[in-house]
Amino acid sequence: MSALDKYIVTDHDVLVIGAGGAGLRAAIEASGHGARTAVICKSLLGKAHTVMAEGGMAAAMGNVDDRDNWEVHFSDTMRGGGYLNNATMAEHHAREAPARVRELEAWGAVFDRTKDGKILQRNFGGHRYPRLAHVGDRTGLEMIRTLQDHGVHQGLDIFMEMTVVALLTNAGRVVGALGYDRERGRMRVWRAGAVVLATGGIGKAFRITSNSWEYTGDGQSLAYHAGAALMDMEFVQFHPTGMVWPPSVRGILVTEGVRGEGGVLRNSEGRRFMFDDIPELYKNQVAKDEEEGWRYVCGDKHAQRPPELLTRDHVARCINREIKAGRGSPHGGVFLDIGWIKEKLPNAREHIKKKLPSMYHQFMQLAGVDITTEAMEVGPTTHYVMGGVRVDGDTQMSNVPGLFAAGEVAAGLHGANRLGGNSLSDLIVFGQRAGEHAAKFAKSAPNREVDLAQVEAETRRALESFDRPNGENPYAIQHDLQDTMQDLVGIVRTQSEMELALEKIAALNARAAKAGVAGHREYNPGWHTAIDLRNLLTVSEAVTRCAIERKESRGAQFREDFPNKSDECSKYNNVVRKAADGSMILERQPIPALRADLKAIIEKMK
Amino acid sequence: MSSAPAGTTSTETRIMNFRVWRGDANGGAFVEYSVEVTPGMVVLDCIHKIQAEQAQDLACRWNCKAGKCGSCSAEINGKPSLMCMTRMDTLPKDETVMVEPMQAFPILRDLVTDVSWNYEVKKKIKPFKPRAPDNADGTWTTYQVDVERAQEFRKCIECFLCQDVCHVLRDHHKHDEFIGPRFLVFTAALEMNPLDTEDRIADLKKRDGIGYCNIGKCCTKVCPEHITITDNAIIPLKERVVDEFYDPITRLFRMFKG
Ligand SMILES: Cc1cc2nc3c(=O)[nH]c(=O)nc-3n(C[C@H](O)[C@H](O)[C@H](O)COP(=O)(O)OP(=O)(O)OC[C@H]3O[C@@H](n4cnc5c(N)ncnc54)[C@H](O)[C@@H]3O)c2cc1C
Ligand code: SF4
Ligand code: SF4
Ligand code: FES
Repeated sequence: MSALDKYIVTDHDVLVIGAGGAGLRAAIEASGHGARTAVICKSLLGKAHTVMAEGGMAAAMGNVDDRDNWEVHFSDTMRGGGYLNNATMAEHHAREAPARVRELEAWGAVFDRTKDGKILQRNFGGHRYPRLAHVGDRTGLEMIRTLQDHGVHQGLDIFMEMTVVALLTNAGRVVGALGYDRERGRMRVWRAGAVVLATGGIGKAFRITSNSWEYTGDGQSLAYHAGAALMDMEFVQFHPTGMVWPPSVRGILVTEGVRGEGGVLRNSEGRRFMFDDIPELYKNQVAKDEEEGWRYVCGDKHAQRPPELLTRDHVARCINREIKAGRGSPHGGVFLDIGWIKEKLPNAREHIKKKLPSMYHQFMQLAGVDITTEAMEVGPTTHYVMGGVRVDGDTQMSNVPGLFAAGEVAAGLHGANRLGGNSLSDLIVFGQRAGEHAAKFAKSAPNREVDLAQVEAETRRALESFDRPNGENPYAIQHDLQDTMQDLVGIVRTQSEMELALEKIAALNARAAKAGVAGHREYNPGWHTAIDLRNLLTVSEAVTRCAIERKESRGAQFREDFPNKSDECSKYNNVVRKAADGSMILERQPIPALRADLKAIIEKMK
Repeated sequence: MSSAPAGTTSTETRIMNFRVWRGDANGGAFVEYSVEVTPGMVVLDCIHKIQAEQAQDLACRWNCKAGKCGSCSAEINGKPSLMCMTRMDTLPKDETVMVEPMQAFPILRDLVTDVSWNYEVKKKIKPFKPRAPDNADGTWTTYQVDVERAQEFRKCIECFLCQDVCHVLRDHHKHDEFIGPRFLVFTAALEMNPLDTEDRIADLKKRDGIGYCNIGKCCTKVCPEHITITDNAIIPLKERVVDEFYDPITRLFRMFKG
């Protein structure tokens, strides 16, 4: 008889938390190495965020332009990331992505094809050559379905609609997780030799976001409270093109693929304002006029990209500037026009519907706009977090033994700014690595004893909001936090506003401690929101502290009070951890010198 | 240029009444709520508003809010629909909006049903089995025209609305004998993948119950991905079955088609 009787307890070698691209790829790999593998996810299988990815996955296969290779991909990723990237990860990613993409095909993915029968690749911001393998504008669906359908035949134990609320540790090593099932609200314990976090991002900390309810920073927060370091949390990507109207769809993503297919940005005066501001780093890589930009879109190898295909941080800021200068669209965005290509293509309407079918439907159904004839209204939306759990670049293990992280929850690959398409490839490259190393680690970790006191304490914490049926509504606290982050730690940042944000976060923490929920534990979204609050508040504090500490503008971080890059700041990553007294401490972690051959590659590609 | 978006959405704010089914496996009833509806709102927005302001514990599923994940399936005024893609201004203005869970699956709570049967069905279908690679580097050579059919079926977001509307499951509860339109589409995607070498025809006839389908096309009508489930997936599969076995409905269909 064990005191764990109150809990549903299961045993595994490797426990994967998250069933997006990273989690499923990790689980397939771990199970391939003979580990008894479980996967937990908050939603039904196949519904994770990955399903929403549109544009494609980046891999230097050179199918469309044979000048592409891993070295170009590596240097594009580093340049895009403001050179704060973990170079080991950027190298693995660039080298291994092509094999991981082909593997998806062997598992049943059906990619769009080139004329000569290979996997088709498309242009995307910051990638020098057409590099994104894709299926129309539903690439994420193809990835998740392929991995899911392949995975269920690998003997994975899948726990759907269950949420992990704490990682369990024993003598400093991770030995499992505690969580609840949504259906009944029963508490469960998963014991395991190694845990892989693959829980995605933090977008729900902001008001305007392309992210779903799942993106409450759970993985980052779970890791942090278990003693892991979080890195680069100041770098939150604001995607330049989200829907702005009608209000209820504000933030929903408009894929960069629209611009990849020739879509152009204009202000209310009809001007292609992106031509007005070309950053120094890219000045040799941008079309000199609209005509050259269109030739690039059509695949002319001698043409340079249109400025709409510069990196996301830059495009988002240009849009922001136009709106603030009063040159925006009626509902506070700018115009994104793909319909204009009818001047160039006789069958433009059919072409657009074929290349961008879900965008066509999204605008038709939700906004009543026909994108083949009318311009879309778009504006920046919170999209992705580059920062996350700090991991070893080879194994994906955090500083807590037995705790691995892969995908959006992990930091390193993207540095200060992620290139579009580099996330889906990230998921499969580092999902594979995390799965392999977690399986190996689990073999050497026979002792999986959990600490009952810890389980009980964490359970009490998870349930305490039920003791306050008249406590404050958790939704109200969540909304106030989203407003705080959006307004004070958003796309343009300053010292005083962020200091105010820290004060507000402290006050929100106090309110969260008094939040209450009514009703029962079965399928109770109010309760779930109350639990999410701690995660959201933890990551929000980390973002804000790191953003204050970095007194420069680089990649996704733009500071009005420090509008330029600083040499000093190029030498370190910000890292936060939980101190013994429970407070958050911040350290600068020096960036190691780049290996000589990698340095040479970057020089060569400048 | 600066063409202002036409936006067919109405601009007025109004109060609308809802009847939302609340309950669990033991039973339940419709509960009335009224919601202030602003321009562009979809049914899911209203459900969220009710959740945030009036009924914290109202259960529903959703993720993407953009018609991409297939989580928010329900029946709106009796029609199986995605809540996130049903704009309020497409519903009759002066009538109460009825929202209830899918009927073809067991109720868990409120708008949430137990769809686990679907996952079990899928597991039984023989997985993808590619031919040996065409090229020395382990890749295949296939052309766009060859993959287009399979790509149509792979647009499926697994919302299970087609399963919900299919009378074989909804009214006759043949869950043990019939895999339903979703998994006929899934099987068709595998069978029509140019690389696949597996044979699923005998399973379709004997285990999957393809013969139960009378080609009424209700499934095609509700599919939010506009997959031509019946014409492009089910009928060709039925024809393959006929080529190996006998199926009266397909024979009839062929006769009508001339
Ligand atoms: C609209 C949109 C379009 C995009 N398009 C592209 C694109 O074209 N190309 C590209 O490269 N990237 C794109 N991205 C980014 C990319 O899709 C994501 O970064 C990526 O899919 C994240 O994958 P993941 O495996 O890390 O996490 P996810 O796919 O988000 O999966 C997270 C999983 O963790 C689970 N989980 C979370 N917390 C818990 C918990 N506490 N307990 C249990 N389970 C938990 C969730 O339920 C889920 O299963 C896009 C993103 C969005 C939002
Ligand atoms: S056409 Fe066949 S599968 Fe579709 S709803 Fe009718 S009987 Fe069901
Ligand atoms: S075929 Fe269509 S209706 Fe059926 S599950 Fe797939 S997307 Fe939904
Ligand atoms: S929430 Fe994803 S389809 Fe409706």
